Amino acid sequence: MKIYADNAATTKMSRRAVDAMMPYIYDIYGNPSSLYSEGQRAKEALEEARRRVALAIGAEAKEIIFTSGGSEADNQAITSAAVGARKNKRHIVTTAIEHHAVLHTLERLEKEGFEVTRVGVGEDGVVDARDVASALRDDTCLVTVMYANNEIGTLQPVKEIGRICRERGVPFHTDAVQAVGHIPVNVSDDNVDMLSASAHKFHGPKGVGFLYAKRGVRLQNLIEGGAQERGRRAGTENVAGIVAMAEALDESIENMARDACALTRARDRMIAGLSKIPHSALNGDAARRLPGNVNFCFEGIEGESLLLLLDDRGISASSGSACTSGSLDPSHVLLAIGRVHDVAHGSLRLTPSPDITDDEIDYVIKSVTEVVAYLRSFSPVWRDLVNGQKQHIL
Amino acid sequence: MALYSEKVMDHFRNPRNVGVIENADGVGEVGNAKCGDIMKMYLKIENDIIEDVKFETFGCGSAIASSSMATELIKGRPVSEAAALTNKAVAEALDGLPDYKMHCSVLAEEAIQSALENYYERHPEKKKDKEV
Ligand SMILES: Cc1ncc(COP(=O)(O)O)c(C=O)c1O
Ligand SMILES: [Zn+2]
Repeated sequence: MKIYADNAATTKMSRRAVDAMMPYIYDIYGNPSSLYSEGQRAKEALEEARRRVALAIGAEAKEIIFTSGGSEADNQAITSAAVGARKNKRHIVTTAIEHHAVLHTLERLEKEGFEVTRVGVGEDGVVDARDVASALRDDTCLVTVMYANNEIGTLQPVKEIGRICRERGVPFHTDAVQAVGHIPVNVSDDNVDMLSASAHKFHGPKGVGFLYAKRGVRLQNLIEGGAQERGRRAGTENVAGIVAMAEALDESIENMARDACALTRARDRMIAGLSKIPHSALNGDAARRLPGNVNFCFEGIEGESLLLLLDDRGISASSGSACTSGSLDPSHVLLAIGRVHDVAHGSLRLTPSPDITDDEIDYVIKSVTEVVAYLRSFSPVWRDLVNGQKQHIL
Repeated sequence: MALYSEKVMDHFRNPRNVGVIENADGVGEVGNAKCGDIMKMYLKIENDIIEDVKFETFGCGSAIASSSMATELIKGRPVSEAAALTNKAVAEALDGLPDYKMHCSVLAEEAIQSALENYYERHPEKKKDKEV
C-alpha cells in the first residue's frame, strides 16, 4: 500500500493545474513585459491569474504580489513593516509557534535593533488574542501571527487579533500558507493587512506563491530590478506557475467543503485509532485544527526511526524530532505547547489526502501501532518507564 | 538519492545484538533525551574477550544502525580492541553517514567506553592489567 500522508509538507499538483500551466511552458512563452502580442498574451494570463487569486481571498487584484513562495512572502511582509516603520517604532509582536520563514526573519531584525515579543500558546496550541493585545506597545510596528500552524494544525484567532490591531492602528500580517485553499480565508473579514500563501500547499506548483498587501501598505523590495509587480518585486514573472496557482486555488475552493468534510472524518478516525496506543497524546486542540492534521507524541521512541519504518510500509509522514531536522532541538512548536524534550522527539505528523479510504486509515493506525511497539521493545527510555525508574509523562 | 546507505538501512531494519544481558560485566548508557539519542550497551567479558554484547537504543536511524554495527565490530574481540573503537570506524563500516548524523555514531563509541569504564569499576584489578 502507498499512502501519502504529508500534505502539509507539499501536495501533488492537480490535473487541472498541470493542464492550465502547459500552454505557458511551451506555446505562450512571451515576456509579459514585452509590447508585441506574444508578450501581451502572457501578460493577460498573468493579470487574469491575479484577479482570480485576489477574488479567492476577498482582495483586489492590485493588492496581490506574486512571489517565489510562502517564505519570500513572509520575508517581504515582515521586512517591509519593520523597515518601513517610523524610526521610533521598533517593536514586533509574534507567537512562539511561527514557521521558520517568520522566526528567522524576526531574528535577523533583532540583530538590526528591533525588539520582538513572542507570545506563548496554551497546551492547546492556540494563542490567546488577549495575550497579543497585552503585548502591544506604543512602539509596536507589526503583529505577525500565523493562520494555521504547519506542525500541529491549530487555528489561530486571526480575525480577533486583526480586529485588535486595527483598533490600535498596528499593521497585521498573517502567514496563511497552511490555511489558504483548505479553510475559508477572507482578508477583509479577517482584518488582515498582509497575508502570505504558497501554491504547493494547495495542489499548485512549487516555487510560486503570493503576498497580499492591503492598499496603502508600503512594501520594501527584497529583489531589485525591473518594474514587475508594480515595482514591488523584480524579475520576469513565473507565468506558467502563476497561472497554475490560480487554477489550483480556484479548484481547492470549489472542493473545499467536500474535502474538508472528508478530511475531518479521516482525521478523527485516525486520532481515535492512535489514541489507543498507550502513553501517546494528540498535540494541539482536537477541534480547533486544520481538517487534515493529525499530530501525536509517543513516549519512549524517536521520530525519525518511526518515519523510516513507516516509509518501509509505504506511508509518507513527518516528525518534529531533532534528528529529522538536523538540529539538536526538537520542534519549537511542541516545546511551546509544553511537551518536554523526551516526548517531543517522539512526534509524528500525518496530513493525509482527502481521498484516503477507511481501509487506508486503518492500515496507517495498525502500522503506527506496530512500529511504536517494536521501537519501544528495545528503547532504554521505555524500559526505564516500564520499570518505574522514570515517571510516565503521557 | 537515499538518506542513508544500504548498509545503514540494513542495520537499522535488522539490528544485530539487540536486547539486554542479565548480570552483564559492564553496562554503559550515554546520550540524553535533550539531544534525542540514548544508547545503552551491555558487555559480557571473559578472559579479556568481549564474549557477548547487547544494546538498547532510543534514537534515529543512524543511532540504531551505529549501535548495531558497533556491537558487531567488538563482539568476540579483545577488550583492548573494543576500547580502541572509534566512531569513524563505525561510520566507515556503515559505508558512511550524512555529516549531520556523525554525532549519532559518536554515541556508539561513547557507549562502549562507558560500559568498559563500568567494567573496570567492578574489576579494578583488570584496570591495573590494562595500565601495565
Ligand atoms: C506555515 C508556513 N509558512 C511558510 C512556509 C514556506 O512556504 P514555501 O515552501 O512556499 O516557501 C510553509 C511551508 O513549508 C509553511 O507551512
Ligand atoms: Zn541521531
